[in-house]
Amino acid sequence: MKILVCISKTPDTTAKIEFTDNGTKFNEAGVQFIVNPYDEWYALVRALELKEAGKASHVSLITVAGADADPIIRKALAIGGDDAIRVNLNSSDPYSVASQIAKAAADGNYDLVLTGKETIDYNGSSIGGMVAELLNRPYVSLATALDAEGGKLSVNREIEGGEEAGELSIPAVISCQKGMAEQRIPNMKGIMGARTKPLQVIEPESSTPLTEIVRFEMPPAKAGVKLVSADDPAELVRLLHQEAKVI
Amino acid sequence: MILVFADQSEGQIKKQSLEAMSYGAATAAQMGTTAEAVVLGTADAAALAVLGNYGAAKVHHVPAASYDNFDASAYTNALANLAKELGATVIVLSQTTSGKAIGPRLSARLKAGLVAGAVALPDTTNGFVVKKSVFSGKAFAHVKVNTDIKIVSLNPNAYGKIPADGAATVAIHDIPFAGSGITVKSVNKVKGTVPLSEAELVVSGGRGLKGPENWHLIENLAEAIGAATACSRPVADAHWRPHHEHVGQTGGAIAPNLYIAVGISGAIQHLAGVNRSKTIVVINKDAEAPFFKAADYGIVGDAFEVLPKLTDAIKQMKAGA
Ligand SMILES: Cc1cc2nc3c(=O)[nH]c(=O)nc-3n(C[C@H](O)[C@H](O)[C@H](O)COP(=O)(O)OP(=O)(O)OC[C@H]3O[C@@H](n4cnc5c(N)ncnc54)[C@H](O)[C@@H]3O)c2cc1C
Repeated sequence: MKILVCISKTPDTTAKIEFTDNGTKFNEAGVQFIVNPYDEWYALVRALELKEAGKASHVSLITVAGADADPIIRKALAIGGDDAIRVNLNSSDPYSVASQIAKAAADGNYDLVLTGKETIDYNGSSIGGMVAELLNRPYVSLATALDAEGGKLSVNREIEGGEEAGELSIPAVISCQKGMAEQRIPNMKGIMGARTKPLQVIEPESSTPLTEIVRFEMPPAKAGVKLVSADDPAELVRLLHQEAKVI
Repeated sequence: MILVFADQSEGQIKKQSLEAMSYGAATAAQMGTTAEAVVLGTADAAALAVLGNYGAAKVHHVPAASYDNFDASAYTNALANLAKELGATVIVLSQTTSGKAIGPRLSARLKAGLVAGAVALPDTTNGFVVKKSVFSGKAFAHVKVNTDIKIVSLNPNAYGKIPADGAATVAIHDIPFAGSGITVKSVNKVKGTVPLSEAELVVSGGRGLKGPENWHLIENLAEAIGAATACSRPVADAHWRPHHEHVGQTGGAIAPNLYIAVGISGAIQHLAGVNRSKTIVVINKDAEAPFFKAADYGIVGDAFEVLPKLTDAIKQMKAGA
């Protein structure tokens, strides 16, 4: 079983979010970039575990991004994976990104495509489902557990207010979240090895974006906290009831 | 025409779908057209009629029982077929676990641009531009959809449930169930409680509570106001509380009307999951805790002393009301 893991470059979780050029561009100055946590902690680590258990033969990483994402894909390779593909396209349109991944997954005969449940920048939760549809494969969203046995997959996924356990056959697409695996810290050997792992850069297929971001906006600043004395919780109750009208 | 996917659970239309219906109806009014709903699977006339009370002019019902079990491929297929047959120009879903599974598939199927996580009505003065939440609630993006058919997936609790006086007619459709070959082995739902994602009031505890043996303080307060309970990540990691209660960057993202955070420092990764809450109350013994900066109301004090008093004050208010 060949696995393709989708990797996205995202700002660090503590990054200051600011926009320039009249709110049309994310300000990257001083921002640390990381591998999107859901891609790294859950999708990638679970793929590696399946390979280590002899249930997968090959794990490749893919990112759809410009050359500025190379250090990020190397970071992911330091955790593991046999090789990586970067499709040389910068796009915030999920359909354009998914089209590139679907093409690479078909060309490389990958049986299983794994994504994180969402990226922490655009929060679309869209890539997995789009790739599945483009490849006409089953899609399990928000999976919390995944195992494989001779072409059969068993998967748990989050549903509204609970969990569902299911079975399906490869080929498939799965989006991964908490529960699937534990975070791994890359060791020195991994970091050294990542430098020489094959990273293939391919030019994108032409695709027409379905959406575009016209501008960004910051939420209005909070008015400031209203403090109530610890000896007078009844006053808090009154405020919540009469002022905020939430209870 | 605007088509709204009305998700149901055990024959009842979900709250988020009534929000989506209200959103669809308002969008339709803005664009000079009508909003119609789609219900898949078993649902009785009374359940379907509810959609009329939230602005549906018509309800398209696919009653086949095969749809009682959720399947992203089959649902996508049914919605895509109806959208084409009925000439829908906008499709509205809610950004729930089901919406996240269907929206992207439907987008790729119809080559229709998707805005996932919308928080406001579309701006239709110049094209079709929808505001959505990005950077885990820290900012918004205005996304322009450039295709003939537009798909909007609405964030739960971002747009109200707005009653309208109207009655919907029902049209029955027969669409073969095109499943994806996933066999469901078991379903495990947390019984008797409101799912966190649907809760309007949430009481949440952090490491400041010291240990699972103290959680009755959180639970008593939650019970007094009828809230669901949540927790910070280290609390779930230490197995003080079940994982599904973990909110934040790597857990669930919620947007209740009221979020009461007790003994939680307010790390940026925690805020990422709760910053869309309408009203935030922080109880922390450290006046410098970062959470106070994101709060509307706060008490600087020891949770072990404040919580019982607060719970009592709520009970008194409820008894007097
Ligand atoms: C990539 C990444 C992702 C993360 N994702 C998440 C996430 O999804 N969710 C999340 O929650 N965290 C997440 N974290 C962890 C986050 O950074 C914080 O470490 C965590 O939120 C802290 O939890 P806490 O506030 O419960 O504990 P602490 O930071 O230990 O805070 C405890 C608080 O309790 C107060 N306190 C102590 N005793 C009392 C008392 N008697 N009465 C009242 N108050 C008291 C203290 O003053 C303190 O403010 C993530 C971190 C990283 C790096």
